[in-house]
Amino acid sequence: MKADVGAPVAKSAVGELLRLPPFGGKIGGAAEYVVIPALALAASLVLFGIFVALFGKNPLDLYFYMYQGAFGTWFSWQNTLTRAAPLILTALCTALPAQLGMVIIGGEGALLIGALAATGAALALPEAPPLFVDVAMACTGMVGGGLWIVLSGALRHYRGVNETISSLLLVYIALAILNYLVEGPMRDPTSLNKPSTREIGVANMIGNIPGMDVHWGFVFGIIAALLSYILIYHTVFGFAARVAGGNIRAAKVVGLSVGRLILIICFLAGAAAGLAGMMEVAAVQGRTNANLAAGYGFAGILVAFLARQNPLAVIPVAILLGGIGASGGLLQRRLGLPDASVLVLQGVIFVMVLASDTLYGRWNIFKRGAS
Amino acid sequence: MNFDTISRRGILKGTAAFTLGTALPLRRASAKDATVGFVYVGSRDDYGYNQAHAAGAAALKKMAGIKVVEEEKVPETDAVEKTMESMINLDGATLLFPTSFGYYNPHMIKMALKYPKLRFEHCGGLWTDKDPKNAGSYFGYIDEAQHVSGVVAGHMTKSGKLGFVAAKPIPQVLRNINAFTMGAKMANPKATLQVIFTGDWSMPVKEAEATNSLIDQGVDVVTCHVDGPKTVVENAARRGAMVCGYHVNQAVLAPKAYLTGAEWNWEVLYPRFVKMFTAGETIPNFYRGGLKEEIVKVSPYGAMVPAAARKQADEVKAGLMAGSYVIFKGPIVDNKGKTVIASGVSRGQTDPELEKMDYLVDGVIGATS
Repeated sequence: MKADVGAPVAKSAVGELLRLPPFGGKIGGAAEYVVIPALALAASLVLFGIFVALFGKNPLDLYFYMYQGAFGTWFSWQNTLTRAAPLILTALCTALPAQLGMVIIGGEGALLIGALAATGAALALPEAPPLFVDVAMACTGMVGGGLWIVLSGALRHYRGVNETISSLLLVYIALAILNYLVEGPMRDPTSLNKPSTREIGVANMIGNIPGMDVHWGFVFGIIAALLSYILIYHTVFGFAARVAGGNIRAAKVVGLSVGRLILIICFLAGAAAGLAGMMEVAAVQGRTNANLAAGYGFAGILVAFLARQNPLAVIPVAILLGGIGASGGLLQRRLGLPDASVLVLQGVIFVMVLASDTLYGRWNIFKRGAS
Repeated sequence: MNFDTISRRGILKGTAAFTLGTALPLRRASAKDATVGFVYVGSRDDYGYNQAHAAGAAALKKMAGIKVVEEEKVPETDAVEKTMESMINLDGATLLFPTSFGYYNPHMIKMALKYPKLRFEHCGGLWTDKDPKNAGSYFGYIDEAQHVSGVVAGHMTKSGKLGFVAAKPIPQVLRNINAFTMGAKMANPKATLQVIFTGDWSMPVKEAEATNSLIDQGVDVVTCHVDGPKTVVENAARRGAMVCGYHVNQAVLAPKAYLTGAEWNWEVLYPRFVKMFTAGETIPNFYRGGLKEEIVKVSPYGAMVPAAARKQADEVKAGLMAGSYVIFKGPIVDNKGKTVIASGVSRGQTDPELEKMDYLVDGVIGATS
């Protein structure tokens, strides 16, 4: 790819920009972005196989059970997609601000606030028709989550506070707010040993995708990822965001309103995570309680980085991690591996994919493909 | 079972198997054959809540014809639904024990409705007539064992100050705190108990801080109600304080400091349930019991516990075993001076009022909110 960029602009913000992971573009370049992560993934599986062999387990069994648990049966596929659903949305919470060069890792907080806001909306509308309630829940959930991440964006823009730290710390504040409300003002008095809000009601629950045991959050995740991709790579707004992400001073020089970009992108990012929280309430839990803090927001960071912050790549990566999660149970049951072994695999994949970054642009085979 | 041969063939078939999407055939349970699935919220070796259940599962593995499948660290989200379904679809499990409180509603209920021919048993939930008939809940009156522990703690404390590291101020926890305190006050009427709530079930850092701060205040016997008491037990022992355990026997972690403890006895209950299940009998939907029913037990006393303490604790234990002894017997005053159980009122273990407990008894320093 580097060679394709005209020499005069190679060092400018625009030149930097064109080196960002593009989907489409030249075929060779696109192939590079598929082949290298695939190789990294294969290498991780080999390493993990060696790791498991050291514990006296047969790596072939391992691969078979992983395949069976994640993709081997129709049930396994549904298991995988169910686990992937929230991850697509929370990954966008990291991937969108990354276009601006911001590292937001507080998707968990936006998810919790989104869930709380959505639950509040449902409980405030006891008489409304279900469709209206669900739309209201989605809107409040997205606004709640969006404003939560806007806090980090605003702190960064107006006060120079590091957005990584502030978004992380806001997770703990969100959790504290959730615990306070769930154990105090919003508590259902009949939830004795598991403090929870009142239930939003069976009628208001969003069901599964027809014919599948996977909730609608998965579809919304895909739509959100597609919209994000179009926004970032095919609109003027997205182009401006990437220019600002490439070189913030250059962006200011050409007259871009960087503050506005930061706040809008942060809002959209938080809205995605907030929607994930809303879906957890409306499709899974039926109410808000501490169960919602299940780490989807943190897993989303991993997904976003593995997808190299590309909103479209977030979808297959979330499905991959969902599959690893789904197969983790089978590894525990059949091979007697501890739960942590799945974390080891996730860690190995993470390291391998990040390390494979250095391979981009080094192999002539892709350049020939490009010409 | 020729599972491995199927597996190998499967791996060779590769994508063929994938497109077919065939589940491995469900193993039909014969009269004495069953696969039992256990789901834990934490790790199986946490020296606490989950280990107690895993010990129960281990007891099942010794039974002929019983296959046990286990999964740990499963969060209380739809992940647990999928874990149960995976055990059903891929392992042929017909009896499931999702052991964490948050698994009950909506997750286990949803699965029980979806698989009406299978049996689901939940620890800690409150099964009601509205819930599916193939679901059940069981729990133990572990406050009985806490009460006996409290008697021992009351005898052993020199400062008269006891400490309790607790997760959340919910009825089950408050009941343990109150039963422990009342036991201690039987041995030492002047004893007080300082409680610290950490806010969640597994917060090792906060649990360690709470333990240290209790000991800094002069507390010399510490106990707890958190998922993994390891942190509390080890820290207290390191600081020279004595400890009463919870969930499982933690004497191995602190042999010189471990007085006694309140333990679950799932290794007796689970084989009992599985025998009923394989014999085709119905497991009661709502199952509760204490020391007498062997659902809970008291850890063996540590060597440092003197004869007088053992004697009084054994007497209380004998009373509880005989069913003649009631812990929550009025008058009971809470730590704000309000009478919560009037004189002459005796609240036995099955009294539903106790499931709603929202107070700390006199002698406890701390607040529920």
